[in-house]
Amino acid sequence: MSILVKNLEKRYGEQKALAGINFSIDSGEIVGLLGPNGAGKTTTMKILSGFMDVYDGEASINGLDVHKSPLEIKQLIGYLPEHNPLYLDMYVREYLTFIASIYRLDKVKERVSNIIDLTGLKAEQHKLIKALSKGYRQRVGLAQALIHDPEILILDEPTTGLDPNQLVEIRQLIKNIGAEKTIVFSSHIMQEVQAICDRVIILNRGVLVADDKIDYLDQALNKQREILLELDKSLEVDWVLHDLQEVIPIGNHQYRLIFNKTDKDPRPEIFDFIVERQCKLLQMVERKSTMEDVFQKMTLG
Amino acid sequence: MWAIFVKEVNGFFSTLTGYVVVGVFLTLLGLIMWVFPDYSILDYNYASLDQLFTVAPIIFLFLIPAICMRSFSEEKQSGTIEILFTKPLTEWQIILGKYAGALFLVFIAILPTVIYYYTIWHLGAPQGNIDRGEVIGSYIGLFFLAAIFIAISLYASVLSNNQIVAFLIGALLCFLVYYGFYFISTIPVFFGGVDDLLQKIGIDYHYRSISNGAIDSRDVLYFLSAVFIFLFMTHQYLRQNRNQ
Ligand SMILES: Nc1ncnc2c1ncn2[C@@H]1O[C@H](COP(=O)(O)OP(=O)(O)O)[C@@H](O)[C@H]1O
Ligand SMILES: [Mg+2]
Repeated sequence: MSILVKNLEKRYGEQKALAGINFSIDSGEIVGLLGPNGAGKTTTMKILSGFMDVYDGEASINGLDVHKSPLEIKQLIGYLPEHNPLYLDMYVREYLTFIASIYRLDKVKERVSNIIDLTGLKAEQHKLIKALSKGYRQRVGLAQALIHDPEILILDEPTTGLDPNQLVEIRQLIKNIGAEKTIVFSSHIMQEVQAICDRVIILNRGVLVADDKIDYLDQALNKQREILLELDKSLEVDWVLHDLQEVIPIGNHQYRLIFNKTDKDPRPEIFDFIVERQCKLLQMVERKSTMEDVFQKMTLG
Repeated sequence: MWAIFVKEVNGFFSTLTGYVVVGVFLTLLGLIMWVFPDYSILDYNYASLDQLFTVAPIIFLFLIPAICMRSFSEEKQSGTIEILFTKPLTEWQIILGKYAGALFLVFIAILPTVIYYYTIWHLGAPQGNIDRGEVIGSYIGLFFLAAIFIAISLYASVLSNNQIVAFLIGALLCFLVYYGFYFISTIPVFFGGVDDLLQKIGIDYHYRSISNGAIDSRDVLYFLSAVFIFLFMTHQYLRQNRNQ
């Protein structure tokens, strides 16, 4: 067990940011912590990283209590805080050398060079951090989290604010690193979590609302099937079909049919039903609900 | 701690801050000691460094808060404090690393004034007519004074994310601890030992005492406790602050 969180609670004055959450993460997993703004993702990560040490409940890394063994757990994890804070007046190499010296690594120079290669910073290593683009700054942030080759990476919104190309690059970088590490990263974008990892923990207002493989989550949440029809004329009849819940006319001879989800595909029956009533079917599509829908259902419902 | 110390010192000397601090200190001191007629040593009948040890604390009153104003406020403002606190470092290592960095810079600024000592040593009639014990005592006093001012200014810098605010709070606190207690003690409502006690809380009293050349263990204890108190408050504030 890499990370274990039990009844974790955190208050900021009156405001309850975490209302007792539980989860555990095995070593080697890549897990997305998903939730809208204010869900409690950052708070969870600040506790796991040892930055905040006043909370209720338990949090442990590799069996070590975060509160009791802060120095040990800080050796085990690499942490990228939200907004990627950096010393803008330092040079890339200077900064990474500073971070390496905190960890008292042997062969600092070699290690810094390795991490610069790994994160693709070779051409920028002699630049001031403030001269770098957002994407490269993000690489520097990842490099500082990776410099001591930690077992566990905790990344707080590592891709927020990047342009689409940078986004793809950083995701790829995280995926590559993830081949041999445990990673928890947070995001408020569902697609991102889908792109990088296979398990997702969804938080909403300090409560854990889902924790599952993404595929299962999709199935478990979609208890309905939605089919869109377009006909050549209006069909003003009673729709008698198996498992039908609701018919919603949406104008222009178009209808939304909502079915209870069963193993049986309702489309052949719909086709026959329409033909029997002397209508012509122009279009029939099943609307696949996306992970966005799932996410919205979980966090709004 | 060493890593933080090196970072701080590099920070001073890669952003000009360090050179400006040393330059301003020596220029002001030089002007006041040698050029401005009111204080000028050349118009003075004794060969002594009294001016140095009277003027330097006044310069430190604003120079040291300026050196330390970034220390924590900038880290808080930019969020890099979160990087430091999630590395395997204790709060004390971070505080002492920064403290030692500032102390080193002040030491570098004071060091060249030894030249003044040699100049006056030569100017003396007969040559070398200067109380060496007193000079050494005064240097130690000055260094202790700087050590307290740095502790106070670090505390000020942890209180605000804004460097200017940190500077002003630092300068005010340094002033209060340096002169404030003395002034308060002269208010007539304090008498019968209370005035004496108030004076002894202020730095000025102990600075004068050490500068006389006789180093009393009580004065040393005073300086060490004052430094500790402010660093401890810094520590407490940091702990509390990061959980809010
Ligand atoms: N320093 C703080 N002081 C007071 N409230 C805070 C603080 N940090 C976060 N919160 C509140 O706690 C809740 C969770 O915040 P956060 O963990 O940052 O969520 P997320 O990272 O998912 O956006 C929010 O309602 C937020 O307003
Ligand atoms: Mg957040």
